[in-house]
Amino acid sequence: MAIFRTRAVAPLEYTRKAWMQMWVGATLLFLYAPLIVLMIFSFNDSKRNVVWKGFTFKYYEKALGNDSLVEALTNSLTIAFFATLFSLVLGALAAVMLWRFRFPLKGVVEGSISLPIIVPEICLGVAYLIFFARIDWPTGMAWPLNLSAITIAHITFCFPFVAMVVRSRLASFNKEEEEAAKDLGATEWQTFRDILLPHMKPGLIAGALLAFTLSLDDFVITFFTSGPETITFPVKVYSMVRFSVTPEVNAASTVLIVLTVVLTAVALKMQGVKAIAEVH
Amino acid sequence: MPIFWLVLFFVVPMAVVWLYSFGENAGPADIVISGTLENYKRATEWLYVSIFLKSLAVSALVTLICLIVGFPVAMAITFAPPNWRPWLLLGIMLPFWTNLLIRTYALMTLMGTNGYANKALGALWGGASWLKTLVGMQPLDAWTPAQLLYNNFAVVLGLVYVHLPFMVLPLYAALDRLDKSLIEASLDLGASQISTLNRIIMPLAGPGIAAGVMITLVPALGAYLTPDLMGGTDSQMIANVIERQFKRANDWPFGAALSFLLIYAMFIIVALQSLRRGQPKRGE
Repeated sequence: MAIFRTRAVAPLEYTRKAWMQMWVGATLLFLYAPLIVLMIFSFNDSKRNVVWKGFTFKYYEKALGNDSLVEALTNSLTIAFFATLFSLVLGALAAVMLWRFRFPLKGVVEGSISLPIIVPEICLGVAYLIFFARIDWPTGMAWPLNLSAITIAHITFCFPFVAMVVRSRLASFNKEEEEAAKDLGATEWQTFRDILLPHMKPGLIAGALLAFTLSLDDFVITFFTSGPETITFPVKVYSMVRFSVTPEVNAASTVLIVLTVVLTAVALKMQGVKAIAEVH
Repeated sequence: MPIFWLVLFFVVPMAVVWLYSFGENAGPADIVISGTLENYKRATEWLYVSIFLKSLAVSALVTLICLIVGFPVAMAITFAPPNWRPWLLLGIMLPFWTNLLIRTYALMTLMGTNGYANKALGALWGGASWLKTLVGMQPLDAWTPAQLLYNNFAVVLGLVYVHLPFMVLPLYAALDRLDKSLIEASLDLGASQISTLNRIIMPLAGPGIAAGVMITLVPALGAYLTPDLMGGTDSQMIANVIERQFKRANDWPFGAALSFLLIYAMFIIVALQSLRRGQPKRGE
């Protein structure tokens, strides 16, 4: 080892200390090993999922042929798409509103916007179960509309996160830029579109990404709001895990993990690693 | 518009739950809000109080483990070479973005009686037995697969697995803002690494640690999925009890009361946290 070490370890170079490297390595192993094993075993040609029997795509074919699973995934992606869209608009509006204007009860509004973040998921889920039952929200509508109850629930817990992210981005806005634009004759709308919006963009992208993953990820709230007709991917996987652990679940999970990695990669491409890291 | 949305789809549903918690079952599908306190009285029965305390203990333990494991990781990321840092961060963030259910399921397959965790333990056991024979002692008994799943240990491990990134990210954010020359100064002046950690880094990173603790403690207290899938019959947490009132026991008013008690508990935790944050300022 000493041959490779070009210079002594400086006191602050904790990352070059062996025990620190081992600690980080062990943590990453702990975080990733289950996922990697799961992905490898989705190609395993064995029902019991324990011993490696050979390479196969069988379970991917099975998962893709499983209509209810594909339907659940489509539902999840549709919900995530609409939830992201709406929570982006609502979140950005809320952020600009709280940042820009002064109005009565501002403190109350500010506090209650962060409430959906603090209130436990289970309580929100229960609240929607009772709420939608109480107001007799129509069920059994045509395809995208039957997802409306779940989408509404998702928007409600996603948009505060968007508002939070966008607002922290707005904090770094230089108001003089806006004043300069107005001095130079820009209208209110032009200033918003050409000055404020470009500044908000990284926050909006990060917020959208956060909303999309939160919505795609959510199990508990959906579990309470969904009916037999509106199964989402996590709810479907849950029932599959509950009843029997099959390689099909591995295959479907691998697809979703790959989707997450691709989304992250896209975000990285657009933003750079650093910007993404800073948002969190 | 956001206010309107918030009132309609958050405040109103919450208010309905709150009203329900004072109601009682009048028929199979009929609930009368009678202003009774019966549900809250039932919640103070020892059975429910003990589950509540247990949830609190489990989530506190999980938070502590996350802090112990996560702190060195956050330190390592903070002091990593600049071109490594984003990738290490990404390494922590990617599991954070991966579906919770899939992560729990992945951990379960690894920890089953025939899973790799058991095989690794079996191999270690075999190795120890072999070593013992080497020094002339009796070999150990044959390895029996340990029951790693469906008990309290599994719940704690699963919750740590799920919440670890939640802890590392705020810790990193706090450590990153820290003025590194202070640490250097402390080390230069002869303080050991440990006392620098205790007297310089910890106090300065205090708010970040508090944020990490909150971000881990609050969801861990309300966790439903992990205890449900990985826990045994005796490792139920409060969220599972609430779920049962709504799905199986069909006692909505009691479930509503329990979920509001959970919300109150959250508020108390958050309030305690902001009190603590306010204190040093007053002292100054």
